[in-house]
This record gives sequence, C-alpha cells and structure tokens, in this order.
Amino acid sequence: MSRFKQLEIPLKPADYKSDIEPTWCPGCGDFTVVRALTQAFSELRLPPENIVQVSGIGCSSRAPLFMRTYGAHTLHGRAIPFAIGVKLANPELTVICDVGDGDLFSIGAGHNPHVARRNVDITVICMDNQVYGLTKNQVSPTSREGLYGSLTPYGTVDKPLNPIATMLAYGATFVAQTYSGNPKHMTEIFKQAIMHKGFAFVNVISPCPTFNKVDTFKYYREKVEDINKDPEAVCELIECPTKDINERGHDPTDYKMALELAFHDLDHYYDPEAPVPIGIFYKSEEPSYEEKVEAVKKRYNAVENPSPEFIQSLIDVCIPKEV
Amino acid sequence: MASLEVAKEVKKPKPLSTNSAVAYAVKDLDVDVVSAYPITPQTTVVEKIADFIANGELDAEMIHVESEHSALSAAIGAAATGARTFTATASQGLALMHEILHIASGMRMPIVMSVAMRALSAPISIWNDHSDVMNARDAGWIIYFVSSAQEAYDTIIQAFKLAEDPDILLPVMVAYDGYVMSHTIEPVITEDRDEVLKFAPKRPFPYRLDPDNPVTMGPIADPNWFYEIKYQQVMAMERALEKAREIDEEFRKTFGRGYGIYECFMCDDAEALIVAKTSYAATLKTILPKMWEKGYKVGLLRLRLYRPFPVEDFKNILDKVDAVLVIDRAISYGAPLQGPLAMEFSSLIVKEDLKLNLTSVVAGIGQRRMIDSDFENLVKLAWESRTKKYDRTIFYGVRL
Repeated sequence: MSRFKQLEIPLKPADYKSDIEPTWCPGCGDFTVVRALTQAFSELRLPPENIVQVSGIGCSSRAPLFMRTYGAHTLHGRAIPFAIGVKLANPELTVICDVGDGDLFSIGAGHNPHVARRNVDITVICMDNQVYGLTKNQVSPTSREGLYGSLTPYGTVDKPLNPIATMLAYGATFVAQTYSGNPKHMTEIFKQAIMHKGFAFVNVISPCPTFNKVDTFKYYREKVEDINKDPEAVCELIECPTKDINERGHDPTDYKMALELAFHDLDHYYDPEAPVPIGIFYKSEEPSYEEKVEAVKKRYNAVENPSPEFIQSLIDVCIPKEV
Repeated sequence: MASLEVAKEVKKPKPLSTNSAVAYAVKDLDVDVVSAYPITPQTTVVEKIADFIANGELDAEMIHVESEHSALSAAIGAAATGARTFTATASQGLALMHEILHIASGMRMPIVMSVAMRALSAPISIWNDHSDVMNARDAGWIIYFVSSAQEAYDTIIQAFKLAEDPDILLPVMVAYDGYVMSHTIEPVITEDRDEVLKFAPKRPFPYRLDPDNPVTMGPIADPNWFYEIKYQQVMAMERALEKAREIDEEFRKTFGRGYGIYECFMCDDAEALIVAKTSYAATLKTILPKMWEKGYKVGLLRLRLYRPFPVEDFKNILDKVDAVLVIDRAISYGAPLQGPLAMEFSSLIVKEDLKLNLTSVVAGIGQRRMIDSDFENLVKLAWESRTKKYDRTIFYGVRL
C-alpha cells in the first residue's frame, strides 16, 4: 500500500459519494458498484483528490458523476486511452475506468490488448449487463445467444464474447469477476484490483432489470460461486481429479488453470447446472509500464531537468573538431 | 397535368416519426443490406428496419456491427458487391465514420445514409444541432437537408435513384433534426412498393465485385493518377445538381409531391431573405405570413440540396434582395464568419459580385430553445439588415 498516499484519518464511504442522485433505473446492478467502490476507497484510506475515474458512454459510464473524486466522461469506447494519458502524466494518481460491456468489448475493444500487454497501472471496472441499456435494448458483445433485442426481434445469432478469457489472453496481470448481488465480495475485489501494481481488470456481473429479463439477479443468485473459497465450485467447472486443487479453491497465481476456468466462464449459458465463477482468476506481480519506462530512463542516464551546461555539452560533441 | 391527377388520389397518411418514415422508405426501396450501430437519436430507424426484416416485409441482411466505423465499412463491402445498401447514424457516430466517408465517395459507392443530426461532444449533448453534418460536408457525399417526415421518406427514394445513376455513383446523406424531427410524429403518405421500385429500380453497380470479372477496389494511386480520380468526383458532384433536379421533377410527376432542390417561400417582392434548413425552415413558414402583415417583407430560402450547392439558382435569388440572413446551427471556430453556411453564402456574394448585406446568425446550438418570438426577432433582424451591416457573427440566444 505504500504506493498510494493514504489519509491518516479515514473518510466514511458516504464522504466519497457526490450530491448527484443516480439516474439509473430502480434495481440496476450499477448501484452496487458505487457502494462497493466508495467502501473500498474508505477502507484503503485513499484521498479523494488522488482518484481519477474515467468513463466512456453508456449507463455504466455515469458512475463517476455519483462519486466525489475527479472524473472524466469521455467518448464511447475511449475511457482506456484517456486513463492511460492521466496515469502516465501523473503516476501518483489512482486511475479507475468505469465502463460497460459495449464500451469495452465492442467499440473500444481495440484498446484492450495494448493496455493489458503494457501492464499500465490502472483499474478497469466493466459493468457487464449483457445489453445496451442507454440506447434501449440492443444486444451487446456479451449477450448470450438468442437474447432478444430491438435489432434482433428473433434473438441474436452471435456468440457471446468471453471477457475473462480475452483479458487473460491479452496478458492482463490481474483478472477478476464479481457480482452486483454481493457487495462485500465486490468491495474486496475492488480493493485488491486497486492495490494491484499493473493492469487490473474486474468484470462485474451487473444485471439490467429494465431490458435484460434473462440475466437477472434471481438468475445469478443461485449460480455464482466463489472460486477462491470453494474447491467444489472449481471442480464443477473443470475436471479436478487430475489437477492439484488446494482446499481454498483456485490459486490465482496459476495462469494455466485461470485460463481453463475462464474458458468455462460462460458454460451456464448452455448448461443449466453450471455455476458462474466469481473471484480472482489471475494475479501476477510484474513490472508496470511506468516502472519499465523508468528503468529505460535509468539505463540511459536520463536527466529530468537538464541544465543549460549539460545541453551545451551534448551540442559540443557534434561540433567538428579542427584538423 | 398528370401530376395533379395523381395528387388527387386519396391516400391515407400514416402517423410516423421522421425516423420511421426513413425506415418505411428503406423497406419500400427493397434495400438489400443495412448495417448499423445504435446511437441516440438515430436508433429507432434501424430498429424499425429490423422489425420489417423480422416480419418478412423486407428481405434484407441486417448487420449489427461493433462501431460506426464498422457500420460504414460493412456498407461499403456490401455496396461493392452490387447490393442496395443503407446505413444510419448521428453525431459521434458520423464523426467516427469520418475516414470511411471519404472511402465511400472515393470508391464511388452508391450508399444512402440518414443522419438524425445531433451536437458533437464535449461536453456530452444528445440534443440537436447541425455540427455533425457540417463537419462531414467536405467528404464528397451528396447532402440533403429535409424539413418534414414526408420529405424524408420522399428524399430517401430520390437519394437512391440519384446515388445509383451511372453518371453519378456517389453516396448520399439525408439529414434531419434529431429529436425535433426524429422523434415527433407527422402524417406521412407511403407509396406502393412496386411504384417506388418502378421509380427507383435497382441498377447494377457497373464496377461491382464479380468473380467473372475480378477487380481490386481502392488500391494505391500514385501522384500520376490520384488527382484525376479525385477530379472525377468533382465532375460527378457537378453533374449531380441537374440530375437531382430532374429526379425531383420526375418524382413530382409520379407521386404528386415535389420539393425542388431548394425552396423559396414568399420570395416574390421580398426585400430580405432568411436562409434556413430542416425544422427551422418549417417553423419560419408559419411565422413569415404574419410578419408580412406587419410590413416585414422577408422571404425564406430553404436549403434542401446542400452538396452540390445550387450556385446559379441562389445567385438569381439573392440578386433580387437587399439583405440575406443566414442561420447556422454549427460553429466554425475562428473562421472569418463563425457560421459555416454564412461563409459559403458570403463567398457566393463576392464571387458573383452581388450587392447585398449578409448577416451571419448562429442559433440553436445543442438544441437551445427557439420559439416563435425568437424567429420573429430574426425576421426583424433580417429586415433591419437591409440598411445596417453586421460585420460579426451574431450568436443568438447565448447567455453572456
């Protein structure tokens, strides 16, 4: 935690909430994200003035408005590049992207591989409601096959994209999933994601009660299982007898098993018995992008504020010597 | 007068928003491929088309893509095979399409796109102004501004006929006001599909992708050729002016409704003119008769075909008045006149050596409210401008 400035006297979660009343529909899963985030900020003792929340476009992207931190409501799909700019300009800041599944996996999907492989030290929170809510009910990249939307009156024929597996494949160093029906779990995941040095991705299953009548709280309540606590949940998804599963469940440092679990993340769309895994899939300590840039600077003896004499010495090297 | 007889036939109008009217036109034109990404306030156009396809009323492929950049790219791919292709967007969507706009016109793809015009971010505004289309005006597309849901329906039909004409082969944009038109309901007469297809039959794109005659589209053109290919677009755009006029005339003869490529309302004996488009023009048509009774002899020049710009027509109209007031709903920041349309009229006046005062007015940015009294003020301003010169753009309705 020493990477972050911390308050001596912690603020209450309510102190991180703004005066703006959320405009989300009653029962929206995104309310829990604000609740869990403000709780995490409070428990991590983060100074509000050091937090920047960047969002794109969509219902989810309104989240920064409802919290008393710095915020930037940018363009559809462009929260990540904006956030990278903020982080590189001032690495002291805690930078969080509040985005949705449309933002992150359709129009802005091109940014994901690069932010992940570069391990930029930001946290991306995807409020995944499996539908475009703000434009009123079109299927999204994470919608299950057959879901009805206003552009697909007979159900979509597209296969859903797997957020966890794609982010793991792109090289994200922290990948987790949580659920809006479990604020305690969400708070814990958010805390770990924010503390993680490097790129952290959290997929939040955040049901849309207005437009998505299939992927509801009721549906998920019975199905979510914590892979980091329950070895049985892990064994329901993957073949266990050949694997070494410890008693606390999935070990997040095991990349291979993380991938294997991720490939089964969407099994529940096709198999009514399959659980929905929540928890930390993968976590790896690797140098962040900022650290790697610093290392290059050090290797070549970069000087932050070169003196005029130093600059002159560089020019002098190029002046032809008299023969 | 065959056209009048057609007009006399009683057709029952449907209550449609402009978005729905556009969708009905797409259905009646038997469009083959539609690609789209949802964006407010355009979304209900493609939703309605999706309904038509799902109900079996239109046999078309609907591609629900992952961004507007992809929407227009998919439309180009479809059009390249010779399919009749349509897409729709607004605001940021049109901005995200920008590089593809040039590719569509450079490849001479006869795509038709409707735009429910909306302001551009930042700050975020989902409301109406004309910033999106005015930012796309130099992309080589034919551009229409329409003033009613009926005109939108009729113009989409005309647009396909114009785009697919072998002498033209240019993409066409049909633009109208987001919300103010896209989401308000008007009576619209829709035509029999057979009649529509007789008027605008599908014409095979002469240079389509065809396995029997393989071609490559859009490869690199070195400095020896690029210029000539671009000049062909210049020529096609010039030809489109008279072609658009002919098509509208033919439409009037066939269906009993026509608009011309522009509209001059109460222009006879007018001493000053207001240039307006879309819903503002429609509102001014209700204001002007009352203002004439009060002695303000101000006419309305309603812009309908914007690209190509009807230079000769406008020259003759402007020649008869002492003043013109141009209403812009977009801002060209830092330009000599900050109203982009006003700048075009200004250059027309200089080029044709006309003697009249031009007043540039920017209004309704981000759908700032404009009610009857505001339009009355603008009519008065146009009247005053006969004898008073305003050198700078007037930002009407802004709080200072």
